[in-house]
Amino acid sequence: MIFRRRRHAYLPTDPFAPVPARDRRPSVDAAPRRSARLDADAVRVRAERRLRVTAGCFLVGFLTIGLKMASIAAVGPDEGGAFGTGPGIAGYRADITDRAGRVLATNVHATALYAQVDDMVDPAAAALGLARIFPDLDAATWERRFTDGRRFLWIKPTISPEQRQAVHDLGEPGLLFARRQMRVYPGGALAAHVLGGARYGEQDVRAAEIVGIAGVEGAFDSTLAATGPGAAPLRLSLDLGVQAAVERVLASGMDLMGAKGATAILMDVDTGEIVSLASLPDFDPNARPAPATEGDPADSPLFNRAVQGLYELGSTFKIFTAAQSVDLGLTNPSTMIDTKGPMRQGRHTIRDFRNYGPRLSVTDVIVKSSNVGTARMALDIGASRQQDFLRGLGFFDPLPVELLEARRAKPLVPSRWPDITTMTVSYGHGLSASPLHLAAGYASILNGGLRVAPTLVADGGGPGERVLSERASRAARDMLRQVVTRGTASLAQIDGYALGGKTGTADKPKHTGGYWDDRVIATFAGAFPAEEPEYVIVVTLDEPEIDAAGERRRTAGWTAVPVAAEIVRRVAPLMGLRPERDVAAR
Amino acid sequence: MRVLLYTVSILSVVLLAFWAYREGYATRATERQVRDLHRQIAQAEAELAMLNAEWAYLNRPERLRILAEMNFERLGLMPLAATHYAMIDQVAYPPEPQAASDGTAWATDLDAALGDVATLSHGPAPLPPLAGDGEQLP
Repeated sequence: MIFRRRRHAYLPTDPFAPVPARDRRPSVDAAPRRSARLDADAVRVRAERRLRVTAGCFLVGFLTIGLKMASIAAVGPDEGGAFGTGPGIAGYRADITDRAGRVLATNVHATALYAQVDDMVDPAAAALGLARIFPDLDAATWERRFTDGRRFLWIKPTISPEQRQAVHDLGEPGLLFARRQMRVYPGGALAAHVLGGARYGEQDVRAAEIVGIAGVEGAFDSTLAATGPGAAPLRLSLDLGVQAAVERVLASGMDLMGAKGATAILMDVDTGEIVSLASLPDFDPNARPAPATEGDPADSPLFNRAVQGLYELGSTFKIFTAAQSVDLGLTNPSTMIDTKGPMRQGRHTIRDFRNYGPRLSVTDVIVKSSNVGTARMALDIGASRQQDFLRGLGFFDPLPVELLEARRAKPLVPSRWPDITTMTVSYGHGLSASPLHLAAGYASILNGGLRVAPTLVADGGGPGERVLSERASRAARDMLRQVVTRGTASLAQIDGYALGGKTGTADKPKHTGGYWDDRVIATFAGAFPAEEPEYVIVVTLDEPEIDAAGERRRTAGWTAVPVAAEIVRRVAPLMGLRPERDVAAR
Repeated sequence: MRVLLYTVSILSVVLLAFWAYREGYATRATERQVRDLHRQIAQAEAELAMLNAEWAYLNRPERLRILAEMNFERLGLMPLAATHYAMIDQVAYPPEPQAASDGTAWATDLDAALGDVATLSHGPAPLPPLAGDGEQLP
């Protein structure tokens, strides 16, 4: 018994009751007759018990301290205090580089300007001063905002150091600066459609979240944002030098041909790595323009023609028909095909650009680009096999490429597939796909027949399952080479590199239905070196027109082909391809 | 005996307290230092990011192209073309150095071997001529 309850003092309730004596004299009768020895024993036992209890308390205390020390010793050193920005918004975002590690997108420190209205001394003077520093701010508007009861206001998302000093010199305690990371694209408009762009998401005065809104910035948004400082950059398959050369040649080609838009794609034929992807007109991702709210979104510079532009790609599709026909053993490159036109199917008539005579070999059908011959081959192949083949090449689904826009760009595939569809699709009408779909399809049939999925990440892709036999792939390469040496793409003959490819000119559909007579999409799709292709190139021009050889010409052979040839002439040496001697002879 | 025991324990408690306080202060100093280093690292990283961005900006292909065009007379740079590739036989290689001990012998041999191929002069450079007052001309 450690604690002994004190005896209650006597509390009188009746004021007239007699008060008992405080010290009751011990009555002699009540005194226990115990021996002194017994008394001493009891005292000792009690004292011992108290000592044990006290010792126990100390023991528990020391054990607690010991355990705590042991646990501290066991968990190892821990740095006290947080050194990061702490919980909240992380402003970091990983860099994006090209395949050689050259920076395409990075972050720099920036300053944002905000106002704590409660701390403001003279809102009117502050608004006036701000308007003097930032010409786009209106003094009256901001004075109203400072005085209408709001307590906190963001004024500018990023300001320069000079502007910051100027604001500082205003001496207004209510104007404050917030730290920011700012996304910078040092190349300006270079590869703008691939990079996309970013904007600020959530923000507070310590940091602001950067959110990717398009292109790879959008597709890899969570990956890029999930990294801390000094994280490994995202390495794209693009080559900065090649991209710059392609954009430059394409821009001058677009000017020359009077086209309102153009796109070029350069892709590794085996892995599907995109070395260059250009779409014109372009924009500066550092100052991304607002999306167009009216008019055709396809006319906006934000529109990525290579991925979002779904076009009927015309005769470039013919090689798919020919390759499949050879693959199935229905024909070989020298089999003669009936090309007597015009060919009637129900109420539709299929005719050629000009009459090529009654019969052509499969190779010549491709070389001369005969619609009738291709349609006949397609009828032999049949609708279901044709659909399976095109689906295998990826023409029915959105591309898996790492661009935010690509996910929504689903090719326009006819819902019903009667014979007339089989025939028109065989020469590239009735099915709208993006130029990147076409590039992936060409890569798949020309690399030996293994399916290729386009990718923008360096070392990201590899060949997939087989869609075509090696033999048919070789036949297709040979036909495409002959299109250049003696067919519609003769302007693609360049020194040093054997280019093989197919032209395609498709009338543009009107928004109201039907087709324009004088507006076309001109496409060249091909591969180089023709014998053992390493890269696929696709060039598409939107509404090209040129006066050449005494005529107004719109066909791809006169418009897209020279641009593609110039691109190859410029970039093939840059990509380390060894030129061949006497290319023209073969 | 007991006095000794008390003295020793009190002394050790004092010493241990001294040691513990010193460790505490040392820890706090180290933490401050670490915080300082972290700050410096963050600052260096920010500077590095800025320099990287500037480097990328200054080396953007568009600017390099304009610079190459502006300095065409001096540098003669032009876009790489297929004609700039050559066969490996067309490259003049120096002969194997025979007398490694003589520093200049192989250089003169090389000049002889290369013949009509324009090369920089090998061998020890002649001293610049002395001007009248004994000063070396540049």
